[in-house]
Amino acid sequence: MQTYDLEAEGLRGLNSALHAQSETTNQTKWEIVNPKGSHAIAVGLDAPIEVNVKGSTGYYCAGMNKQATILVHGSAGPGVAENMMSGTVIIDGDASQYAGATGHGGTLVIKGNASSRCGISMKGIDIVVHGNVGHMSAFMAQSGNLVVCGDAGDALGDSIYEARLFVRGSVKSLGADCIEKEMRPEHIEILRDLLEKGGCDAKPEEFRRYGSARQLYTFKIDNAY
Amino acid sequence: MTVKDVKDDGPPRTVPLQSATFSNPVNAEIRRAAATGIYDIRGGGAKRRVPHFDDLLFLGASVSRYPLEGYRERCDTKVTLGTRFAKKPIELDIPVTIAGMSFGALSGRAKEALGRGASEAGTSTTTGDGGMTPEERGHSTKLVYQYLPSRYGMNPDDLRKADAIEIVVGQGAKPGGGGMLLGQKISDRVADMRNLPKGIDQRSACRHPDWTGPDDLEIKILELREITAWEKPIYVKVGGTRPYYDVALAVKAGADVVVLDGMQGGTAATQDVFIEHVGLPTLACIRPAVQALQDLGVHREVQLIVSGGIRSGADVAKAMALGADAVAIGTAALIALGDNDPKWEAEYQKLGTTTGAYDDWHEGRDPAGITTQDPELQARLDPVDAGRRLRNYLNVMTLEAQTIARACGHNNLHNLEPEDLCALTMEAAAMARVPLAGTDWWPGKPGTGF
Repeated sequence: MQTYDLEAEGLRGLNSALHAQSETTNQTKWEIVNPKGSHAIAVGLDAPIEVNVKGSTGYYCAGMNKQATILVHGSAGPGVAENMMSGTVIIDGDASQYAGATGHGGTLVIKGNASSRCGISMKGIDIVVHGNVGHMSAFMAQSGNLVVCGDAGDALGDSIYEARLFVRGSVKSLGADCIEKEMRPEHIEILRDLLEKGGCDAKPEEFRRYGSARQLYTFKIDNAY
Repeated sequence: MTVKDVKDDGPPRTVPLQSATFSNPVNAEIRRAAATGIYDIRGGGAKRRVPHFDDLLFLGASVSRYPLEGYRERCDTKVTLGTRFAKKPIELDIPVTIAGMSFGALSGRAKEALGRGASEAGTSTTTGDGGMTPEERGHSTKLVYQYLPSRYGMNPDDLRKADAIEIVVGQGAKPGGGGMLLGQKISDRVADMRNLPKGIDQRSACRHPDWTGPDDLEIKILELREITAWEKPIYVKVGGTRPYYDVALAVKAGADVVVLDGMQGGTAATQDVFIEHVGLPTLACIRPAVQALQDLGVHREVQLIVSGGIRSGADVAKAMALGADAVAIGTAALIALGDNDPKWEAEYQKLGTTTGAYDDWHEGRDPAGITTQDPELQARLDPVDAGRRLRNYLNVMTLEAQTIARACGHNNLHNLEPEDLCALTMEAAAMARVPLAGTDWWPGKPGTGF
C-alpha cells in the first residue's frame, strides 16, 4: 500500500506518481490522505491500480480514468469521473453536479445521491446511483446506462439519444423527446447485471425504463433550397 | 410634340424601383421561409458587408520612417505560443495557423491536405468537433486538439498526442450556439467516432457539460494540465461578443493563448440568421482584446490568435499591427484547397448556386469533395496537390506580410503596431482605434471629447 499525503506533498506529485504506474506495476494499492476537497485528484490514470481517497474531493476527481479503480471514502465534487473511458469509480457519499459527464466507458457507482445533470452527454458509461438524481440528468445522453434506485428530478433524459435510463422511484418530469419504454426481458438482464456491479440489492422488476422517442433525430422539413 | 408622339411613348413615367429594404434576396428568403417553414441553414461566415481590414491602410516609411529592403533584409515571422505555463510551447515558423474544422464537416482527405499544407509551411492545424483522426495527426507536425462542449471523440490518449489543447467556448459564426452536422454527412465512421446513430441530424451542445463560468473554467484547465503533465499549451477560444471581458476572464482562468474569432469566421452548418446577426466583426474585436491583455500586464505573455475573414498577407499584417500574435484561417484555407473553384461551375449550377456563393456545406454534396463524406466526391480531392496549394498560399501570405512590415521599417512581423495604420472610414477608425486617414483623430480618442 502506497500512502500519499495530498496536503503535504501536493497535487502535481500525486498525479505524476499515479501516471507513472504501468500495466505491470506492483504498486497496485494507493491511499490518498488529506484530500480536503482538492480538485483534479487522480485524473488521467491509465493502469490497473486501486486508489482509495480517504475523504471528500473537489471537482473532476477520477476525470478521464482508464483501467483504475478509484474509491472516494467521502463525497465527490462536480464532474466526478468525467469522460471516464474504463475502470470503476465508487463514491461512498453524494456526488455533485455532472457526475459521469460524457463518460465513454467503465462504471461509476454513487452510494448516496447525485445532483443535477448526472450522466450528461454520457457516451457509453454505466452509472448506478443508490439514491436520487437531480434535474436534467442524462441530458443529451448518447449511450450507456443510468440506473437510479431513488427518484429522478425534472427533465430526465432531455434530448436523449440512445442511452438507457432505469429509475425505481418517481420521475418528476421527462425532458424533451424522452419517453417511458417497455421493460423487456433483455433489459431486466442488463439491469440485473448493473445492480450487481453497483452493489445494490434492488430488484430489476421494480424499475421503469426510459429512452428516446427519436422524434428529434431529424429536422422535419427538407432545407435544401 | 405631335399627337402621334404622345400616343407612341406616353407621358414620362417613373422607372420600376426595387426597395432597399425589401430587396430581391430578402423577398426570396421570405418566400423560401413561407414555403418550407424552417430557417435556412448554411456554412461559411457572415456575408454582409461589415467594417474590415480593407478599411485600413498602412502608412509605410518615408522621411520620418526608415524602410527595410524588400527581398534582402531580414523580417522574422516565427511565433511561440504557450509560453505562460506550458512546459512545451508550440513554435511556428509563420504566424498563420489553420483553424479548427472537424472531420465530419470535412472529408478525411481534406483534413489530410490541411495537415500536409500546414506542416510544409511550418504551422499548425486544429481538430474540430468529432475528435482526432489518424490522418490529421499523421500529417500535422503541430496539431491543436479542440476540447468542445460535445466532447465527441474526446479521450485522454489523443489529448496526450496533441501539441496543444484548445478549449472552445464559442466561435465567431455562432457565439452562444452549438454545432450542427446533418444526417447526410453522418457516415459509419463519423457516427462511430461520435457515439451516435448513423444518419441522424446531430446537434452539438452550446455549453460545456461539466463547467459553467470562469471560476469553473480555471478548475477545468487545472484538470487538463494535470492529465497532460503541464506540458501542453492551453488555448481558450471565444467568439467575438464582449472581447474585453471574455479575454480578461480567459486569462484569469489560466489560458496560455486566447483565440478570438470574429463574425466573418466560418462554420460548417448554422442558421443563416445566427451567422449574419450575432457577434462582432473581427475588426471590432482586436483592440478591446489587446486592451484587456495590456491592462492585465500579459500582452505577448498570453498570446492572442485572431480569426474571422483573414484572406491575405495584408490582413495578417493588419491584425498583427493591432496587437495579435498570430492569426488563424479556415474559409481561406478551404478555398486554397479548391472550395468554390470555378472548374465546378456546372455542378454548382445544378445545385442552384454558383462559384463563390456555394455554402450548403451541410448537405454533403460539395462538388470539390471537401465538405462531404460521399466517397465519390471525396475522391476528387487529391490531398497531396491540395496540400501543396495550401502551402503555397500560406507562403504567399507570409511573403506579403513581410513586404508590408519591411515597408514600415520592421524586421519582425511582431513589431508592426497601430501607429503603422490609418483608417478609411469613421467606423473602422473607431473600431481599430487608429486615425482616420489624413488626420490624427479617431472617434473615441482619449482627450478629444468624442
